[in-house]
Amino acid sequence: MSTSQTAAFVRKDMLPPQDPPTSQAGLVKWLRENLFASWFNAILTLSSVFVIYLLVTHFYPWFRHSVWNANSLAECRTIIAANWGEGASGACWAMLRERWHQFIFGFYPPELYWRPIAVFLGLLLAVAPVLFTQLPRQMLLFSLAYPLLAIWLLWGGSAWPVIMIAAGFGIGFLALRFLDEVSSILAIVAAIVAPILFWLFAVGPLDDVLSKAIPLAIEPVASDRFGGFLLAITIGAGGIALSLPLGIILALGRQSNMFLIKSCSVMFIEFIRGVPLITLLFVASLLLNYFLPPGTNFDIILRVMILVTMFAAAYIAEVIRGGLAALPRGQYEAADALGLDYWKAQRLIILPQALKISIPGIVSTFIGMFKDTTLVTFVGLFDPLKGIPDFIRADFNWKGIYWEPFVFVGAIFFILNFSMSRYAMYLERKLKRDHR
Amino acid sequence: MTEPHFERDIDRSHMQVSDEVAIQIENMNKWYGQFHVLRDINLTVNQGERIVIAGPSGSGKSTMIRCINRLEEHQSGRIIVDGTELTSDLKNIDKVRSEVGMVFQHFNLFPHLTILENCTLAPIWVRKIPKKEAEETAMYFLEKVKIPDQALKYPGQLSGGQQQRVAIARSLCMKPRIMLFDEPTSALDPEMIKEVLDTMIELAEEGMTMLCVTHEMGFAQAVANRVIFMDQGQIVEQNNPHDFFNNPQSERTKLFLSQILGH
Repeated sequence: MSTSQTAAFVRKDMLPPQDPPTSQAGLVKWLRENLFASWFNAILTLSSVFVIYLLVTHFYPWFRHSVWNANSLAECRTIIAANWGEGASGACWAMLRERWHQFIFGFYPPELYWRPIAVFLGLLLAVAPVLFTQLPRQMLLFSLAYPLLAIWLLWGGSAWPVIMIAAGFGIGFLALRFLDEVSSILAIVAAIVAPILFWLFAVGPLDDVLSKAIPLAIEPVASDRFGGFLLAITIGAGGIALSLPLGIILALGRQSNMFLIKSCSVMFIEFIRGVPLITLLFVASLLLNYFLPPGTNFDIILRVMILVTMFAAAYIAEVIRGGLAALPRGQYEAADALGLDYWKAQRLIILPQALKISIPGIVSTFIGMFKDTTLVTFVGLFDPLKGIPDFIRADFNWKGIYWEPFVFVGAIFFILNFSMSRYAMYLERKLKRDHR
Repeated sequence: MTEPHFERDIDRSHMQVSDEVAIQIENMNKWYGQFHVLRDINLTVNQGERIVIAGPSGSGKSTMIRCINRLEEHQSGRIIVDGTELTSDLKNIDKVRSEVGMVFQHFNLFPHLTILENCTLAPIWVRKIPKKEAEETAMYFLEKVKIPDQALKYPGQLSGGQQQRVAIARSLCMKPRIMLFDEPTSALDPEMIKEVLDTMIELAEEGMTMLCVTHEMGFAQAVANRVIFMDQGQIVEQNNPHDFFNNPQSERTKLFLSQILGH
């Protein structure tokens, strides 16, 4: 008899695959794993369902009783009482039918609505090639021209000052292009100084001459006519477009070896982050005029935009600093070893990677800033969340309307911010380079 | 004494050391704060030399070769690379860096760029070579390191050995006169070490001036014309590989060799 019990074995028929037992597949499995994995989990599931039930039963009637056709809140209430019985609550969306344009355009003259509409559509067109690299690159030329075009369309007046601003940038670009052969530092200085000199000394006389020769003017609209989402998006889009470059510069400044540049960046960032935004907005509306030469009439929206930009830039700088710190030292060393100078190394190697890491933080800052534009109500501007609803409530017909404006404005903010967040996720996926 | 374990014969016809001085280091000292990392380093490297720098960790070998392209700054003495003295003058530093290629322990490829873009970046932006020409050069060197088919992938998709060969190709695309290797195989699996060393041997066979910090003593015996042993920030001994391995002079060198070759 053999000492080993192990018998030789050769399989003759291969087993066909079978379906898993029903308790291990499909809906049953999903429920077990996700909702009823343990008794504690089951209790949590049941209580969550109960809370959701409470919320829905509480709010559903309000939406179900919505009234779209009425001329005043009182009429809304009468209709709701007639249809659903005395004491029933319901949404009075009739207010939106009458006043939606104020939520969107503020007090912009209705006969000129085509201008902000063109600006909104232009914004989509200008932002598209920046967001989606698949689109033809020539579209970026429109994106470059768009900000000045939007300013002219929104505020109106003579086109010449706007053209002059563009010409200044053109002069700066030419200086950079042609002096770069001589010396890169000279080129950068010239690119900054030449446009400033042009704007300070040449624009005034040139504007006079040109405006008389060819008056290219459309009807001007003052800043106090702006309001609602027109105001929020103007400040938000301007702030987003300006705060990213400023934030990058501040983050690099904070990392710099040069003492003065480093200290200035640190002081700026820490000061701005240490002060509430509302303080800065009051500075924009009240204090800034004291520091400016008397007689300068510096537009309130522009002032607010500058302060909001500075505020967001300080946060973005810190977010990007985190991205810079996350890069291994080897990336800097490899760039140095290949002979790339500081700016080329930053632009080609360091920033593309640091910004990619920082995307979630940057987008959070953008979303936060866009929502914070509603704080301009404190300096007397008509933001969509408080300024416009308060104005509507001042009308006797809509006195006492409370939730409807919040729900409507909240929904629009949600759509815009949620798109930003989804875009950021798409971008992160697109830029993913490892493990593909 | 172990024999070099490279199967193929090494072609020495182009390995000629010329009289032209490539790197001259005179009385160089370096401190990290109070710590004296490099002490009175004197070294002359001629064009075409293949030098292996060995020594225990912390002996300053990496720091020394990193001073040659000024990834590290020296505090006293002179370093002259290809006739250009390294001072705080940024122009000189950039000039030296574009003449001196460097390969790192952790490859340091740019993960957001394809292999091809990694190789063409510096030629396009530093040497101002047209993109098409830079790509042709890059493909030539990628073929040399035997990975032309990976050109459009990203570094994260390649194995360690492949990444290091790309890093070598990336340096070569700048057509450097001198190559520095800072422990190029220390982060690699044994199988991959060989493919990287083979690439380095080919480079040596073409007459490239090379300074390699490495623990691969087989490589040193096969291609180096000089081995330098460092300890405590100083050059303790330097000799041709045959005498260095068979007849070390200093006690420190003997101890080091017995530890790394003993088993």
